[in-house]
Amino acid sequence: MSDALLKLTGITKRFGPVDVLRGVELEIRESEAVGLIGDNGAGKSTLVKILGGVYAPSSGTIEIDGVPVRLSEPLDARTRGVEVIHQDLALCDDLDVASNLFLGREARRRVGPFRWLDRRQMRADAAPLLERLGVDFSVERQVGELSGGQRQLVAVARALQFSPRLLLMDEPTAALSNKKVHHMLGLVERLKQEGVAVLLISHRFTDVIHLCDRIVALRDGQVAQELRPGGQSMAELMAEMQVALTGEPVGGVA
Amino acid sequence: MSATPTASDSRPTGTAGALPRARSVVDWLTRSIGGVGLGLLFVLALEIVIFTSQSEFFLEADNLKNVGRAMTIVGIAAIGQTIVIIAGGFDLSIGSVMAAAGILSAYLISHGLPFGVGIAGALVLGCAIGMFNGAVVAYMRINPLIATLATLAMVRGLAFVITGGQAEVVTSQTYLDLGTNDFAGIPLVVILLVVLFLAVGFTIPRTRFGRYMYAIGSNARAARLAGVRTRRWRLVFFALSGTFAAIAGCVTVSRTGTAEPSANIGAELDVITAVILGGTSLAGGRGRLVGTFLGLLVIAVLNNGLILLQVPSYWQQVVKGGVLLGAVAWDELRRTRRDVE
Repeated sequence: MSDALLKLTGITKRFGPVDVLRGVELEIRESEAVGLIGDNGAGKSTLVKILGGVYAPSSGTIEIDGVPVRLSEPLDARTRGVEVIHQDLALCDDLDVASNLFLGREARRRVGPFRWLDRRQMRADAAPLLERLGVDFSVERQVGELSGGQRQLVAVARALQFSPRLLLMDEPTAALSNKKVHHMLGLVERLKQEGVAVLLISHRFTDVIHLCDRIVALRDGQVAQELRPGGQSMAELMAEMQVALTGEPVGGVA
Repeated sequence: MSATPTASDSRPTGTAGALPRARSVVDWLTRSIGGVGLGLLFVLALEIVIFTSQSEFFLEADNLKNVGRAMTIVGIAAIGQTIVIIAGGFDLSIGSVMAAAGILSAYLISHGLPFGVGIAGALVLGCAIGMFNGAVVAYMRINPLIATLATLAMVRGLAFVITGGQAEVVTSQTYLDLGTNDFAGIPLVVILLVVLFLAVGFTIPRTRFGRYMYAIGSNARAARLAGVRTRRWRLVFFALSGTFAAIAGCVTVSRTGTAEPSANIGAELDVITAVILGGTSLAGGRGRLVGTFLGLLVIAVLNNGLILLQVPSYWQQVVKGGVLLGAVAWDELRRTRRDVE
């Protein structure tokens, strides 16, 4: 088990008197997709924010490639290959698509004592990925003018632009039409094959089941249960997940 | 904006050949100076037509110089203010910073230091006050309106305390020349204003500084999540506002010949009016430096024309307010129409 890309040990997070996370243990390996499910308030978002460098854990260790790391800023997480697609996408509406894609990591070139933005370079870098994602709108459009699905594509493209090793997706399919969801799931499947580890948070159980090698249920700030799809029927698995969420057997209705 | 292909563009353009060309000129202008800029150009043209027809003095070189000189102090400070407002902030302290910086420059020079050192000292002071504002806003998370209102009061008060309310007389001829001399028939201070506008206007689309200014003003949280060090950049934006205010303060001193602790009181209102008239959104994230420049020009020409027409100065205030309201309303109309499409 020492070949884990990401290893969390005893992660806790306290906000004042509230213990949101109480010792989360989690490992994710390369090419592995892990689904994270949990009721509202179970601590999913907090965990994602800790991994994304937004919050520091109150205690516990985060290891990447077996080396303990401190992710005290979003930039720390990104430079270590951890990318987050936030639930609200976290895009700047007044900026165009290209500016959003490279925000925080702009390509620059030296001109005398200055370092100008290298817009041509950035556009060239972005082109293959945008094509792969099926982006059919101009990168010069303002993000605020795009539809929900288009915005989501921008957020995904931004996360993939710098070849992440671990991709955290917080409700990535929430704003997508069914057709687009399939496209997105196919994409994640391909990323997995390329060795990217994925942590998927979704309310859509079917997405989680289709995509994930393991499903981890978070309850009261701890990993309460782990499920492995395979063998069971879809209905059985759904029922198991439902139970894992609440910790109580479902009363007759599956 | 209209730069992107939308359904409305595919409509066949009329039979007259001049019509599409006129429209493409309008499109190009809209892209480069924005819809607000276009409106301001129209207002400016209107002003020029009216004042030229009403006053034989309006187009005289001396009068145009007056218009230019009248723009410089508010204009230089408006560069910094535009930066801060696009970045989602606000700087009320600039009038006080102008006075304090002006006093420091005159004081240093009258105590035997060279002109350049006096100016440098003033800029450092402006930058430091700006950084203080930025630190209070970014690190203590205090509302910029309140933070800079406090600085406005403190800096103005200190300027009176330190000078004992006395004006500092400028002893450097170079300093005075800056305010009165021309180069190639153009006042030096106007050249300074234009150079500063061009330098910052050139920098904004080409640097991280410019891009982060829009990003932080648009969605600071998103910028931070993307790895932008938003607090550090806020500090930079406010420091620039303080520095530009200091330059404006030095220009005030060079034009009046004395540095007074009561100088530039209320300047922030004129500066903010120009910036907002220029189309910069108070909510942050949207605005253009060229808009601020046009806003300044519209106000300066208007003030000048009203003086030439001997309109009582109280009416000038009323008209200025009306212009601001008109510009904002026009922008609002344009935006809602776009949303409907």
